Amino acid sequence: MGKLKTIARRTFLIGTAAIAGGVAFGYYAYKKPGENPLLPNLAEGESALTPYVKIDADGITLITPRADVGQGAYSMQAALIAEELDVELDQIRIDPGVPSATYYNTALASESAPFRSTDDGFLAQSTRGVMDSLIKFLGVQVTGGSSSVPDAYEKLRVAGAVARETLKLAASEKTGTPIEQLTTSNGFVVMPDGSKLSYIELAPLTSTIEPASEVKLRDPSQWRMIGNPMQRHDIVAKSTGTLIYGIDMVLEGMVHATVKSSPRKGLMRSFDATKAEKMRGVQKIIPITNGVGVIADNTWRAIQAANAIEFDWAEAPYPHQTDEHWATLEASFTDDHLDSQMRDDGNVTIGLAEGNLVEAEYRAPYLAHAPLEPLATLVKITEDRADIWTCTQVPGFLHSALVKLIGLPEEKVHLHMLYGGGSFGHRLESDSVIQAVELGLAMKGTPVKLTYSREEDMAQEYPRQIAMARARGSHKDGKVETLDLGIAMPSIISSQLGRQGLSVPGPDTQIVAGAWEQPYAIPNYRVSGYRSPELAPISSWRSVGASSNGFFHDCALDEIIHAAGADQLEERIRLIWHEHSRKTLEAVGEMSNWGSDPGPNRARGVAFCLSFGVPTAEVIEITNAEDGIKIDKVYVACEVGKIIDPVNFEGQVKGAVIWGLGHAMNCERTYSDGMTEQENFDSHQGMRLYQCPEIEVRGLENSDTVRGIGEPPVPPAAPALANAIFAATGKRIREMPFDKHIDFV
Amino acid sequence: MIKLSVNGQSHDVDVEDDMPLLWVLRDELGIKGPKYGCGIAQCGACTVQIGGVAVRSCQVAAGDVDGEVTTIEGLGSPQALSAVQAAWIEHQVAQCGYCQSGQIVNASAFLNENNNPTDEDIDNAMSGNLCRCGTYPRIREAIKTAAKTLRNS
Repeated sequence: MGKLKTIARRTFLIGTAAIAGGVAFGYYAYKKPGENPLLPNLAEGESALTPYVKIDADGITLITPRADVGQGAYSMQAALIAEELDVELDQIRIDPGVPSATYYNTALASESAPFRSTDDGFLAQSTRGVMDSLIKFLGVQVTGGSSSVPDAYEKLRVAGAVARETLKLAASEKTGTPIEQLTTSNGFVVMPDGSKLSYIELAPLTSTIEPASEVKLRDPSQWRMIGNPMQRHDIVAKSTGTLIYGIDMVLEGMVHATVKSSPRKGLMRSFDATKAEKMRGVQKIIPITNGVGVIADNTWRAIQAANAIEFDWAEAPYPHQTDEHWATLEASFTDDHLDSQMRDDGNVTIGLAEGNLVEAEYRAPYLAHAPLEPLATLVKITEDRADIWTCTQVPGFLHSALVKLIGLPEEKVHLHMLYGGGSFGHRLESDSVIQAVELGLAMKGTPVKLTYSREEDMAQEYPRQIAMARARGSHKDGKVETLDLGIAMPSIISSQLGRQGLSVPGPDTQIVAGAWEQPYAIPNYRVSGYRSPELAPISSWRSVGASSNGFFHDCALDEIIHAAGADQLEERIRLIWHEHSRKTLEAVGEMSNWGSDPGPNRARGVAFCLSFGVPTAEVIEITNAEDGIKIDKVYVACEVGKIIDPVNFEGQVKGAVIWGLGHAMNCERTYSDGMTEQENFDSHQGMRLYQCPEIEVRGLENSDTVRGIGEPPVPPAAPALANAIFAATGKRIREMPFDKHIDFV
Repeated sequence: MIKLSVNGQSHDVDVEDDMPLLWVLRDELGIKGPKYGCGIAQCGACTVQIGGVAVRSCQVAAGDVDGEVTTIEGLGSPQALSAVQAAWIEHQVAQCGYCQSGQIVNASAFLNENNNPTDEDIDNAMSGNLCRCGTYPRIREAIKTAAKTLRNS
């Protein structure tokens, strides 16, 4: 409760202002008031109560700035506002709003600081605060890092409460009834005699009153929505083919475009479009930065023509063959590449000298994000206005970049956010949107929709990092005594932010994420991060560093526990000092009836990873069948503090497990002559329905800290499977994808 | 001119014989339910029915279409849901939703043939439709619910 009070105290309203006939005022729950970005764009008769609530004669609109790429972020954000505003989800509209520093992401910044999420000490807390301020200064409105729920959890309830109390003030003023006698329900202020005043009729009156200056958030026992099953806002549209994605956008007079740019991420030396120019429907061939755009009257015709262009691409600015990438990592386990050693407990040297030595080397390849909707953006640029419709995880960054590129004043460049057909980190990059704008600038006045072919989408990927680990361990008296884990990879953060023109000093915590902060009390315990030279440009892929490191760390531990002759679950539980983490392992033990006979040719594997502040344990049951390994069942337990919507929560957990398993089973991205060898879903599949196990989920709510769930179930999935395969077959798989070493049914 | 009947409506379209049906539907007729995902029949996002049979519209040349084309829009609408769509909503299958038009059209054709499928039947019928978000467990549940509705109607 202490924290809630602080938030309420810090919350104050900035002055009212009458704009375009409507009324608007905002709150800001921080040290300095931010702007209400809704104000400049208010139409006649609209009121913006806080940057998250807009009311006009037609109804109530809730602003949901975090991108919805399938994880249900819009519905989650709307529910948090609606809970305090006292509106129902079927009576509101959702609008993702406009890029603005007001919508910066506090939670993501907090987790960027190099402190364990289990660390609540003074230094950790204060550094998280410093990062908050930095991110606020940068105005980073980013969706990622499983941060949407933690970021929104209090902020959006406060936004709803401020709007509600202000509407009550308006009702009190209008009727002369003391505010204490007013209640709210279903979009109405309810008078003591039961009569009602709608929010819609009250909103315009708020211009003449002093707005609510302090609000108290409701006690969780009073919640109507949070914690209960909800119907996602987009579910009907997505079940009837009526939801409009970027790729579906149409404007009057629109032309269809596609592009080809260097599959080696390098320069274009020359191109010959003689053949393409003559093809049916082709209107224009437009050179863009390191590539060419084709304008046509139909997407298929544009793609056909683009494929008919002959290109001379310069060499790749990174090693041309995958073997060379691995060789670079192998050579990076040296002192001069040491990036961090934030975990160094006991004395690893002595531990390894005294105990029984276990040694192993692990590998995880590049992987594509490959959301199912190929990247697509619609732009319309005229002399005095630019409109861009797309889905991005970084609207703030992107908007600034587009303003620079287009050369119009900031307020003339309108970035409209759409639902994304998946992302998994893909939409942290903006190349395709920049290209669409380049085409739009060349076609001023004509709306241009750029659609990537699947092959272009795969070729232009900024993939998941390639990574390697070397583990040594020892055991004594049947117990784990030492774990010394070195991880080598290029820096994801420096590759990613480097492309935005930003540099980040200091170690990259993602190189060791999912390993260094694991809450094990191993007597001699060291995790070293080695930053390899930059290789192929890479990006954040669902669960980022932990996507490879969770596999390395847990499988290495599994090997030592096995060598020690201990029980895999019991020894992990014995070693864990963090109570919330231990409970997830105990939960999967109970769910899977760990220790019981799994049946003939069947076995179990367990894995644990703490990532994004969420301890997650998984047990996987497999059958070693005649034609390969069949994954029968997965048990997942994770600690998130509070589950906003149990239906969406369960869907996210299962999806993340399937994501982790599918890629571990059969996906890799390799390079030959500097180009990716996986051009489509025939060679980069992931899991198919027939391979999908039954998945049982238990969300724990013991912690006071609320966390997001989009990523944390990914890291333990692959090691739990590898550990189960070892238990069933005696074969240790230390390299992804596993199908290089074993068959799956 | 190629004659097509889509969701009960006739169209004359002036396109190349080899233009895939998917792009005729999307860019010539403005029917956006069928999605482009791969263009090589690997993902199933473009699935439509021709004469009740589920096909990958990215692999069917416009000139070869020889029956009534049904897209997700032809199965039902938000105001008048089909049994399969209603089941998809009940189980809240969709995450990003991009593959779901194809999943639903595929499942509908399959359930018309077999309204009492075993788990193995479902696996066999639905494994050509890729879902990157991992909604497979709910696709299975929704198919079972829809099958029950269809059996009882």
